[in-house]
Amino acid sequence: MENMPSSSPVSLASSEAHFLIEPPRGWAALELRELWLYRELLFFLAWRDIKLRYKQTALGAAWAILQPLLTMVIFSVIFGQLAKLPSDGIPYPIFTYTALLPWQLFAFALANSSNSLINSQNLISKVYFPRLIIPLASTLAGVIDFAFAFLVLLGLMVYYHIAPTAAILYLPLFLILALLSALAVGIWLSALSVEYRDVRYIVPFLTQFWMYATPIAYSSSLIPQNWRLLYGLNPMTGVVEGFRWALLGMEKSGGSMIWVSAIAVIAMFISGLYYFRRMENNFADVI
Amino acid sequence: MSDIAIRAENLSKQYVIGARVANLTLRETIVSTLRAPLKWFDTRSNSNGNKFWALDDVSFEIKHGDAVGIIGRNGAGKSTLLKIISRITKPTRGRVELYGRVGSLLEVGTGFHSELSGRENIYLNGAVLGMKRREIDRKFDEIVDFAEIEKFLDTPVKHYSSGMYMRLAFAVAAHLEPEILIIDEVLAVGDAEFQKKCLGKMNEITGKGRTVLFVSHNEDAIARLCQRAILLEAGRLVQDGSTEEVFSQYFSSLVRLNIELILDPAKMTPEGEHAWKIDLSGFELPGDSLDNFFHSRAILLEDGKKLGPPHTLHNIIRQDGKGAYSHWGAHLYFSSSDNTDPRSNGRTYVVKNNQLFRE
Repeated sequence: MENMPSSSPVSLASSEAHFLIEPPRGWAALELRELWLYRELLFFLAWRDIKLRYKQTALGAAWAILQPLLTMVIFSVIFGQLAKLPSDGIPYPIFTYTALLPWQLFAFALANSSNSLINSQNLISKVYFPRLIIPLASTLAGVIDFAFAFLVLLGLMVYYHIAPTAAILYLPLFLILALLSALAVGIWLSALSVEYRDVRYIVPFLTQFWMYATPIAYSSSLIPQNWRLLYGLNPMTGVVEGFRWALLGMEKSGGSMIWVSAIAVIAMFISGLYYFRRMENNFADVI
Repeated sequence: MSDIAIRAENLSKQYVIGARVANLTLRETIVSTLRAPLKWFDTRSNSNGNKFWALDDVSFEIKHGDAVGIIGRNGAGKSTLLKIISRITKPTRGRVELYGRVGSLLEVGTGFHSELSGRENIYLNGAVLGMKRREIDRKFDEIVDFAEIEKFLDTPVKHYSSGMYMRLAFAVAAHLEPEILIIDEVLAVGDAEFQKKCLGKMNEITGKGRTVLFVSHNEDAIARLCQRAILLEAGRLVQDGSTEEVFSQYFSSLVRLNIELILDPAKMTPEGEHAWKIDLSGFELPGDSLDNFFHSRAILLEDGKKLGPPHTLHNIIRQDGKGAYSHWGAHLYFSSSDNTDPRSNGRTYVVKNNQLFRE
């Protein structure tokens, strides 16, 4: 079906596609297979976002590195030097930079996906495709930034003579966790933003609040032991602590707190998918 | 497999006007140009939650290879029907069965981005319309040829002339090859010569045995491309038959009225910075014609000359595309971004519309 010859008439028998369009009823199925069929569109939209983002900036893609780097400098001066927050025996700059990596990806998703559906109004009201593609694409565009910033981390590791331990083998798991948490929050916020335009005003506060609730400038070892599990409900806690553990070779892994976060991420992601599917039927009418 | 391509059964779509849902879109229609009526509008709209059926119990079957035109006045439900079949919006009741890959063109250039080059937009737009990357690769040269933009392939489309832009947009769309093609008013692009080329391409598409569902205000285009037509009126299917039959009934029920409305300066009050509210309370038209009068085809004349931007006339367009005149009360807005006060410059303003109206 994908390879219809362009010259010959469409043969009637070739068609296997059959769609049934009916009024929405309750909770819709996720239809992930359909999403897979549209993966090229996902790729194109993410590529467009990446292409456009730095197109008219003087420094271009250097921003991907500058943002976490400058934040690192500020944090190191204020929290590391002045406030002298403990960094679990690791040089403060790399301690906070390792946390900033997944955080920037997450914050990117917060900022971009909440506007993504509204910015794609014309697409939504004129063409059909699984709407989930839009927040997914805008979140994935942040992965490129992440990749650049990651290279800087490698440089910092060399500079501070931090050799990776065997724990680095777990890094892919935490990468997936970081991506899932960014996608989860992206899906939730984009679906909410169609109905409630307030979302875009909430996002800056939410981002700020969330950052302080995540062990970026400080270590989660500051949190009293009996509060740690509750603290782990913030998905980013586990992601950040996981990154530090896997990359910086810290002795303690944060253990059960990371598990709580992982479960929180997955719960948020799956509930987000269902919520999005449920709301998506009205997008074209409401947006 | 049967030879049916599209089967619609008791298809209905209800919109709610005035409730939150409609309010968002309604508000946005005017908010960009007119700030002031916002308050007036809010209080009014929140109080009535009016429901109406944009599409009401519509059933039909279309066979593979048929080209069917959908006609009807503004707000008859044509666009709603196409949106449901394109899977953009869901019906409130009833169902549609589609046998075949569907491609819909409800607009040319959907997904185009002005900062991207022609080449990039071909890929992006193609992907948005449902083409695979390989498919676009294969048709790339053909598309560029058709659009006649070889030299500007790597120029951002924001530097294109509007003609070039439209040609490129149509070219991508015209190379979409689904089994069922749904088209809304895309022929009105470019200069006369390009329009001819577009029509030719459309002829070729329908000639290939593809199923085509086609909405247009261009009666000639429908007559040329479609053997069968469906007439919608106020959301209902009133006639389904050969294009000739349906057209003859459609036209016999309409009259072409040359209506002129002289805008009386005494009845204009400023609203915000660049807008004037016009009281239309003395102005009457038979039946529901008034609803249609201020549709976008109405033109504004200044001292007998047609006025374009920056002068614009606004009425509130309801979600179904109907003017909301009768619903929201007798007001029309005149706005001019260069801030000429229509009351004080001594000119006469006339709104003219020679559309077809129901008697």
